[in-house]
This record gives sequence, structure tokens and C-alpha cells, in this order.
Amino acid sequence: MFDRRLLLNFDWTLLITVSVLAFIGIANLYSATAGWEGSGAGFYLKQLSWFGIGLMLALLICCFDYRHLEHLGFHFYIITLALLAAVLVVGKTTMGATRWLDLGFFNLQPSEIMKLVIIIAFARYFSRYGHFHGYRLRELFLPLVLLALPVVLVLKQPDLGTSLLILFIAGVMVLFAGIRRGVLVLLALLGASGAGGGWFLLHDYQKERIRTFLEPERDPLGAGYHIIQSKIAVGSGGMFGKGFMQGTQSQLSFLPERHTDFAFSVFAEEWGFSGCLVLLLLYLFLIIWGIYVARRAADRFGMFLAVGVTAMLFWHIAVNLGMVIGLLPVVGVPLPLFSYGGTSMVTTMIGTGLLLNVSMRRFMF
Amino acid sequence: MKNETDVPDLTRRFLLLSLVAVVIFLLLLLRLWYLQVIQAERFQILSERNRIRYMPIAAPRGPIFDRDGQLLVDNRPAFGVSVMRQDIDDRERLLAQLSLLLDVDSETLEARLKAGRRFPFYRPVPMADDVSRDLLERVQENSLDLPGVLVDVHPMRSYPHADVAAHLFGYLGEITERELAQPAGKGYRSGDVIGKSGLEQTLEPFLRGIEGQRLVEVDVLGKELRVLKIQDPVPGNKVYLTLRQDVQLAAERALGEHAGAVVAMDVRSGEILAMASRPSFNPALFARGISGSEWLELLQNPRHPLQNKAIKGQYPPASTFKIVTALAALRAGVATPNTRVDCYGSFTLGNRQFRCWKRTGHGVTDLRKAMRESCDVWFYKVGLDLGIDRLAEMAREMGMGEALGFALAGEKEGLMPTRAWKRKRFNAPWYDGETVIAAIGQGYVLSTPLQLAVMTASVANGGQVLRPQVVKRIEGWDGQVLHEARPEVLKTVDFGASNLAAVQRSLEAAVNDPQATGRASRLDEFKVAGKTGTAQVVRLRDDDRDRASRVTPYRHRDHALFVAYAPADAPQIAVAVVVEHGQSGGGTAAPVARAVLEAYFGLNVSAPEAPAGHFGD
Repeated sequence: MFDRRLLLNFDWTLLITVSVLAFIGIANLYSATAGWEGSGAGFYLKQLSWFGIGLMLALLICCFDYRHLEHLGFHFYIITLALLAAVLVVGKTTMGATRWLDLGFFNLQPSEIMKLVIIIAFARYFSRYGHFHGYRLRELFLPLVLLALPVVLVLKQPDLGTSLLILFIAGVMVLFAGIRRGVLVLLALLGASGAGGGWFLLHDYQKERIRTFLEPERDPLGAGYHIIQSKIAVGSGGMFGKGFMQGTQSQLSFLPERHTDFAFSVFAEEWGFSGCLVLLLLYLFLIIWGIYVARRAADRFGMFLAVGVTAMLFWHIAVNLGMVIGLLPVVGVPLPLFSYGGTSMVTTMIGTGLLLNVSMRRFMF
Repeated sequence: MKNETDVPDLTRRFLLLSLVAVVIFLLLLLRLWYLQVIQAERFQILSERNRIRYMPIAAPRGPIFDRDGQLLVDNRPAFGVSVMRQDIDDRERLLAQLSLLLDVDSETLEARLKAGRRFPFYRPVPMADDVSRDLLERVQENSLDLPGVLVDVHPMRSYPHADVAAHLFGYLGEITERELAQPAGKGYRSGDVIGKSGLEQTLEPFLRGIEGQRLVEVDVLGKELRVLKIQDPVPGNKVYLTLRQDVQLAAERALGEHAGAVVAMDVRSGEILAMASRPSFNPALFARGISGSEWLELLQNPRHPLQNKAIKGQYPPASTFKIVTALAALRAGVATPNTRVDCYGSFTLGNRQFRCWKRTGHGVTDLRKAMRESCDVWFYKVGLDLGIDRLAEMAREMGMGEALGFALAGEKEGLMPTRAWKRKRFNAPWYDGETVIAAIGQGYVLSTPLQLAVMTASVANGGQVLRPQVVKRIEGWDGQVLHEARPEVLKTVDFGASNLAAVQRSLEAAVNDPQATGRASRLDEFKVAGKTGTAQVVRLRDDDRDRASRVTPYRHRDHALFVAYAPADAPQIAVAVVVEHGQSGGGTAAPVARAVLEAYFGLNVSAPEAPAGHFGD
């Protein structure tokens, strides 16, 4: 039977924070695409319906005890890995990258699911095998293999942004689980040399993006243009912004991809530093709250699950913002609840659902 | 289960996590502070009108030459008038003024401006292209009144020989959304021009240059104040074709008003010396942007000017196919050059009669006579003894019934039927009657002019089926050779030396003997070997056929074919000619081949005229 305590303990704070952010995002999208006729007009409505779908998914997830996931984790992993492999064979190619499986009514992007699946898999592993003094390298062997397979497959697509995100999310979970200092140093060295060697494995366009980031003038009509224009939009917003739907950079369509990856630039131009401060505080609150959920979790699996989901949200926010304001290369990472796109919205909301789930079951033993 | 010993440790970790998050957010805020507060003024000035602007400079496409370096496709400067969308202050007024200046109605201009929304916003929207110098001056005189209007000069494809070899070159067009979405569309932007057909399409990566850039400072009206930096465009690579301009021109001229195709090939290397398809079109129409009505006219023309008939036209090879039948029969041993058949005008199989084109019959006929006078009955008989599968095998070995891997997209396979093919296609058995008509290249058999040229070349060079090549060399501007054609043997056919010699002699006879059907291709200086063909388009009743030349509607008239090589004793060039509805291979197609051969050997080029007499076939 349904436990009344679940309703009493429902995490309204989290749900409201996420909803407020989503509505700011949709309003921003309305502004960003206001000048577009025809296909552009429906973006904010579509985003609204994606949010609705996401919300339902999140609430649906709350109905099941997250602890069931622990046993399903491995199956999820195998299935998603197979989907990633399938993408490389029969995937749908758009703009030179093969990331989607065409399901007829919907284009499935398995790399997005992988983020969640890695979180579940790692949560299971680290919740089962605890170590007071931190993990040794040989105990990390399995998780590292579990991680390497999808990362390589996603890199192949090629999708540098998503593969890095999966690495970052897993990195937070490993560090949180605790590893020995020696292992940490070793992994850091390996990572550094891997990054150096990885340069040669990157696709030309990926190298170009990194070079462009270091020197935007290289490709002023391409990726460099995005960075330059985004910086102009953000910077010209000033302290108090130009006002809702008044952004000249965005409204006059200087700004490319302003409804997806660069949605924040529109916001920054129209609301200025004061608006950005509010938005960033909201996001920071969401992250801190996620950590708080992890801390209050009833068991280790729930704790690691919450840490992983929070890490996922955090990295999306940090990488997207860093990219839009010219601190990081343009890698195509959406801003959760803000960038237009069904996949990003649904993934974020599923993550939210998991957090809600862990949070409301904190008193159940 | 909660491990009690974990508790103090975990608290520290949660604190650490929160701390890291806070620090990174602070970093982001700091950066925002820097951009939005400290640097705000600078960015506000920049944003006012995006004072600094990058303008692309189009790269000229690589020129195309013939094998001797004669320019076939080039670029010329063209002047365009375009509009920078964000610099327009009074849209209505601007459109009205432009309409007056350019003499284009404002609805059209409005539509062009609208279409420009697909463009990246930093790219000017073209309003008129290839305008005259006068007009350009008028626009420049009024430039102060026309904020946002730009004039530019850019390279445009030009074709010194208008419609000559147009199918081979192909045409250019604006890239479509679909093409942009494909992997090949990487590096292109909306509004870019890309090869849509022919070599322009096949060689796109070579012909396309690298766009240059101009960094300019503009005022509030969008007028350029000064150029800050220029990066010159890199032109596309130079392409040398295997064509010979004079041979190509001769082929096109000889076809004249006829619809059809000519392929001339070097029998030693497979290099295409001429490839003509008519009627043709002028690719310059596409370069400056083809109008809807012009496009419709090309599409709806019943003679298909856009189709490259040399590689996409599939015709019954008719009597030119007798070369294959003869070689197959000799190799199989069902006939010798001395096999004699008594032709009395028709051939009876069961209760069916197959007519010879000559109703009175050829009398006693051997290989040489059968080839020379194109006696159908000899080939009916020999073909029947040979059987369809052995015939098809020879045809396939000689490159028929399958694509040859030519450089252009859309090369057709033709068709060489077999028992298995018919079973699969119609689920029906093969009949001997079908073998009989296949032996004279009718029925199901179909070939492209290109295949006929390759087949003929294989007879001329002793059995080598060569891949037809049209790109001789590709060179960068620095002289670096990026591609160099080398002869490529697709297959080697063993005809048997004596068989081949017999057939070669009979082909010489088919051009040079007094009764030969191919006499119209004769040259005084070199000996030509060849074979005529007349392909039925519609099966008419015999009494209709007699009146055919006068009353048969154009679309029902027979196709005229001719294949030849020369010099007969040391072959260099093979030619295949198909004249659609040309009625008689000897009368219409053979003179075209002669014109091509004359051009190739540099002989007195005579205008091809259909001889008065009717050459039967």
C-alpha cells in the first residue's frame, strides 16, 4: 500500500526550484525566438510541453522505490551500451555526427541516457564496496572499464561534449567515494597524459574548436564568431540589462544558436548582471540542495545516486555557462532547463525525479 | 547500510563538494561581473551596430582545361548588388528605390530579402547578380541614399564555348538544406554555390577554393570605413580533362540539331577524347541563377537537354551488336569466318519468320559479307546456334550490361539479358525467338553510347576493356599534381587471335567495300573500321516501314547508330555515335563519326552532310 509518509516528506523545495528555473528558461526562449516567423514561433510552446512531459516522468519515477534501480543498474548499462553501439552502425547522421537512433516518432540519443546509467552503475558499485581508507587502483578497475566503454563509443560519434560530461560526472562520484592519495596522483597523471595523447584522437573539427577557443580570431565566421558574439551580447547587458525582449544582439540575430546552447547569452543581455546573479543563485541553490538530498539519503546507494545526479546538473551548468561567457571552448553542452531541446529537458527531469525519489524516502529503512 | 565509521568523513566530503560548487559559481559570477560591469561600455559600443564585421570573399572555382591546356570552363568577374539586413532603416523606401534602380518589381525584391533569412546574418542578401557596369555606377552614385546596400565583385563561372560539353561539366547551384545536412555539406553555409551535376559535382572538393575574409569597420549606416585585415581567397585547383577541344567541337557540330550522343575514346588508354550529348543547355544560365520558366523549359523539353545521353541514354545497340555476336560465335566454334548462310530475306524459326532488313535477301553470305552488308539472317542463324547465355557472356566480358565506373554520377548499366535474368524479371522461360533478335542487338538488349565506345575499343586494342577516364590531371595553383589519370584495364577478353583478325577485317569491309553500309565514314588518309546500326523504336508493320521516312512521326523513327575505330591497322581512337530518331546508321550516324575522326586526325574538316542515297541496314 502507499505509504503516507512519502507524501508528507515530498521535497517541494526541489520541485519548486526546478519549476521556477524552467519557467524562466521558457520565458527566455519566448524572447529569444520572438522574431522568428514560421517554424521559430513554436519553440517556447514545444519546450513547455517537454517540461510537462518531464514533470510527469519525474513524478512517475517517484512512485517506485529508487532501491529497485540498484538491481536493474547492470541491465540498464548493457542495454544502453548496446544502443550506443547501434548508433554507430545504424544511427541517424546530422551535421556530420551520428548520435541518434531514429525511432520514427522520436530521435533517441543514447549518450544522454548513458549519463544517468553511469550514475546508477557507479552508485551501485560504490554503495556495495565501501572503503574507509579509500579505494585502491585494483578496486577501481571495474568502474574504470565500465566508464571507458561508453566514453569511447560516444567519442566515436563524435560527441566530445557528452563524453567529457560522462567523464566529469563519474569523476565526481569516484572522488566522492574516496580514493587513496597515491591513486589520485596516478589517475591525475594518467588523465593528463591521456588528454595529451587524446589530442591526436580528436576529430579535426574538435581540434579546431579548441584552437578557436584559444584564438577566436582564427575562425571569425564559425565557432569564433559564436564566442565573440556571445561575449558582446553578455557584456553589453551591463548591470541591469536591456530589458525583456529588448536584447539588440539577440533580437537582431547576431547571436547564433541563441535558443539552444547560447540561450543564456540572451538572458544575460536582457537582464544584465543583476539578472544573472539571481539566476546563478537559483542554480547554485539547486546544486546545494542536491548535495543536501544526498547527505540526508537513507542509504549509500541513494546517497551516491543523488551525488551523481547533482554532479550531472552541475557540470551541465558550469560547462555551458563557461562556454557562453568565453571561459571554455564551445563544446555544445545545453544549459539544463534553459536550452531548447526535448532530450536535455527530459534527462534533467528524470534526474530531478531521482533526486525527489531519494529525498522523499529518506526516512524509510 | 550506513557505516557509522563513515559519518565524520562524509560530512567533510559533502562540505567539500558544496565548497567546490560555490567556488566555481563564484568564478562564473566574477567573469560575468568582468564582462557586464567592468567591460560593459566596450561591449555596448561593439553591440551598437557590431562595428567590426567580417565579410567573406568568394574563392574562384578551379578552371577546367582540355588535355592540351585549352580553357573550357573559366571564371569572370560579376557585379552583385546585395543588402545587409541589419543596416536597413526604412525597408519600404529601400525596396522602392532598389526596384527603380534595378528595374525589378519590389515584390520580387521583397521575396529575395525574405529568402535571405536563411543566410547567416553576417552575409549580405543578394538582390541582383551579374548587373551591368552602368547599373552598378547608378547604385554607387546613390549609395548615400541607400543604407545597407552593398555592391561587390565576385567570380562567376563562364563558358567560352557556351553549351559545348555542358553535360560533362555540369552546372552549379545554391546548396540546399538537405545537402547542408549531409556529411559532404560540412564546411558550407547557406547561400554557398556547389556543383550540382557533372564534373562540377564529382570534382567539387577539388574545384572549390577556400573562401577569403575581409575584416572591416563599418559606420552606423553599414558603410565601410576602413579595411582592417584581408585574407585572400585560395582559388580551386586546375583540372585538365582528357578531352580534345577540337574533337569535342567537331562532335557537337556534327550532331547539330539532332538529339543523340557521341563518345570518342583513345583505345590505348581509355581516355575520353570527346563526349557530346545533344540537345544541350548553357550552364551559364545556372551560374547567374536560372529562372523558374527557363528551368521548366529544360525539364519539359521532350528531347531531354539536361540528360547526358552518352552515359544515361540506353538504346538497343542494333546491328553494332553484331560485332559481339560474331566474336562470341567464332570463339564458341559455332561459326567460322567461312560459315555460309543462304539469306533469302527472312529466317524461319518454328512458325515464326524473322525478316532481314533487305527483303530480297543477300544470297549466300559469309562473315565478311554479313558484316559488310549487315545481313540479319546470318546472325539469326549463328545466334541461335550460339544461345543467349554464351552471347551474354561475351557481351558482359566486353563491358556491356554493367556500369563502367565513369567519373560522373548516374551512369546507366544498359541491359544484357540471360535466361536467369528473364526468369527473375518476368518469371518466364527464355524463348529461342528472343535469342534470334538479341543476336542483332534488338529485343531486351540495351547499351549506353559509352559502353558501345568501350566495346569497340576492346575490339580495336585486342581485347582490353578499359575504364573510360575523363580527368587527366588535377593541379594545385602551386603546380603540385593532386591527381593523374593512369590507364585502367577493367577486364581482358580472349577473343582468339584469328577470330579477332577475321572480325576486324569484316569491320574494315563494312566501311570500305563498295557495298558497305558504313561508307559514309570513310576517310582517304586512314582506313576506318566500323559498323552501322539502326534501332527500332516502335515495331511498325512492314508496309508502314516502307513509308517510314516520310510519314512516321519523329518520335517513332528509328535510332541511327554507328561505331568505328581508326586507323584500322594501328587503332588509336574509337567512336560511338547514337542519333536519336536519325533513321539510318549508315546515313546519319556514320557521317558524324567521320567528322570526329577528321578532327582527331587533323584532316580537312568537312561539314557532315547526309549523303543523298539511302543506306539500308
